[in-house]
Amino acid sequence: MKIDNVPLDVLIPNMLAATGTALEIFFLTILFSVPLGFLVALGRRSKLTVISFPLRIYQLIFRGTPLMLQLIFFMYGPYYIFGFTLDRFAACIAAFTINYAAYFGEIFRGGIASIPKGQYEAAKVLGYNKFQTFLRIIMPQVVKSVIPAVGNELMTLVKDTSLAQVISVVELFRVASAAGSKYFSTVPIIVAAVFYLIMNTVVEITFKQVEKKFDYYKN
Amino acid sequence: MLLKAENLQKQFDNTEVLKSISLEVNEGEVVAIIGPSGSGKSTLLRCLTQLEKIDQGRIEVCGKLMVDTYGGTGYADHKLLHEIVLEVGLVFQNFNLFPHYSVLRNIVDAQVKVLGINKQDAEEKAMSLLGKMNLSDRAKAYPCELSGGQQQRVAIARALALNPRILFFDEPTSALDPELTGEILKVIRSLAEERMTMVIVTHEMAFARDVADRVVFMDGGVIVEEGTPEEVFGNTVNQRTKDFLQRFNQS
Repeated sequence: MKIDNVPLDVLIPNMLAATGTALEIFFLTILFSVPLGFLVALGRRSKLTVISFPLRIYQLIFRGTPLMLQLIFFMYGPYYIFGFTLDRFAACIAAFTINYAAYFGEIFRGGIASIPKGQYEAAKVLGYNKFQTFLRIIMPQVVKSVIPAVGNELMTLVKDTSLAQVISVVELFRVASAAGSKYFSTVPIIVAAVFYLIMNTVVEITFKQVEKKFDYYKN
Repeated sequence: MLLKAENLQKQFDNTEVLKSISLEVNEGEVVAIIGPSGSGKSTLLRCLTQLEKIDQGRIEVCGKLMVDTYGGTGYADHKLLHEIVLEVGLVFQNFNLFPHYSVLRNIVDAQVKVLGINKQDAEEKAMSLLGKMNLSDRAKAYPCELSGGQQQRVAIARALALNPRILFFDEPTSALDPELTGEILKVIRSLAEERMTMVIVTHEMAFARDVADRVVFMDGGVIVEEGTPEEVFGNTVNQRTKDFLQRFNQS
C-alpha cells in the first residue's frame, strides 16, 4: 500500500522497530533517573553545603542547557577527557538519565518539602525512628503529591527520545525523517507524530489511573 | 513525680522564649497551662516532648533523665531519649493524623512498628479506644472524611494506644469550631476521671478551671503564677494574672 508514493507496508514495520528503541530509551531513563533524582532531592535537602551546593550547580547545568547538546557531549566528550568512547546507546542513556535526574530531583524535592512539619512531629512523638518516618509516613504522601508533575515529565520524555538521533541512535524520528527524505514526502513524519501521540496517550491514561488510585485520601 | 523540669531556658534567634521555667507534675495530676499567645506555653510543651531542644535546664520524665545541662551531661543518648518519648503522648492543635492511613491504621501502625505488638492485639486495642472515643463506626474511614472533632478524638486514641504515662495537649480545641470543642473537652474530662496524668495548654478557661488540679499561668516566658484553680481564677493577687483573665472574660 502506498500513500504519496510512500510504501507503508515497508515503512510501518521499520518504524515499529524504531519505536522499540524509543521505548527502550524511555524505560531505561525512568529506571535510572527516578532513583537518581530521588538521591538528588535528598542531597539538595542536606544541611551540608558541600553536598547541596554542587547538586544545585549540577541541576542548573543540566536543566539549563539543551538535552541535544548534552547528548553530543556524552557521545564525544569522554574521548577528549578520558580517552575512551561510550557505546552510542550507552551515551544516549547516560545523557538522558543525568538530564532527567536533574528534573526529577527538583520535583521530588518540592514533593518532600510539601509535607507539613506536623507529620514529622507526630511520627517523632509516637516513637517512629527517622527511617520509619520517612518510609512509612512521608514517602507515600510525597508519591501522591508528585504524580502529576512526574506524568508531565514522562510525556516530555517520550518526545525527547527523538533527540537521540543527533548521535545517530536509530529511533523513531530518525527512521521517519530518513524515509521522508528518501520518498520526498511528509507522510513518514505524520506517521511518526501519530506514533508519539499514541505513546503519550498511554502515558496520560496510565497517570490518570494512578492519580485515581491515590484519590482515597486528601492531604 | 512523673515530670520534673528545672530552670528551662530556650531561645529562638536571640529571643528568650523560656526564661527559667520549672514545672513538676505528679502522677494522676491534671495541670492546665494558660497564658497569652507568645507566652511560651507551646514551646514549653514542645521541649518536654523532645520536639525542641532546650538551651539550659534539666528535665526528668518518669524517673529518666532526658537532659541536664547543669550536670554537664547534656541530652541523654538516643536509646534513652527513645524510651522517654514513649513515656509521653502529645495531642496537637491541628491533629497531625497521617492522611494516607485509615483511622484504624493511624492507631495500629505505631503499636506494631514501634512497640512491636502483634497486629491483632494492636487492632483490638485500637477498636476499644475507638469505642471509648465513640468512633467505632469510623475505623475504616480516612482522616479527610472526618470532622475536626472526630480527627482530634482519633489523635487522642492514637496517643493513648502507646500507653503513655503522661499525655500532653497543645491547645487541643483551638482549631475546632466552638460546637466541636465540647466533644474533645468531654474526652479529656473522662481521661481525668480515670486519673490519667495530663498537661494541657489551653485557652478554654472554664474548662481549665473545671478539670485541672493545678493551673499554671505563663506570660513572657516565665511562670507568673501557679496554684489550684480556685487560687488562680478565684482570688489571684497577681496583677498580670488579673489583667489576663479580665481581658479574657471581656472577649
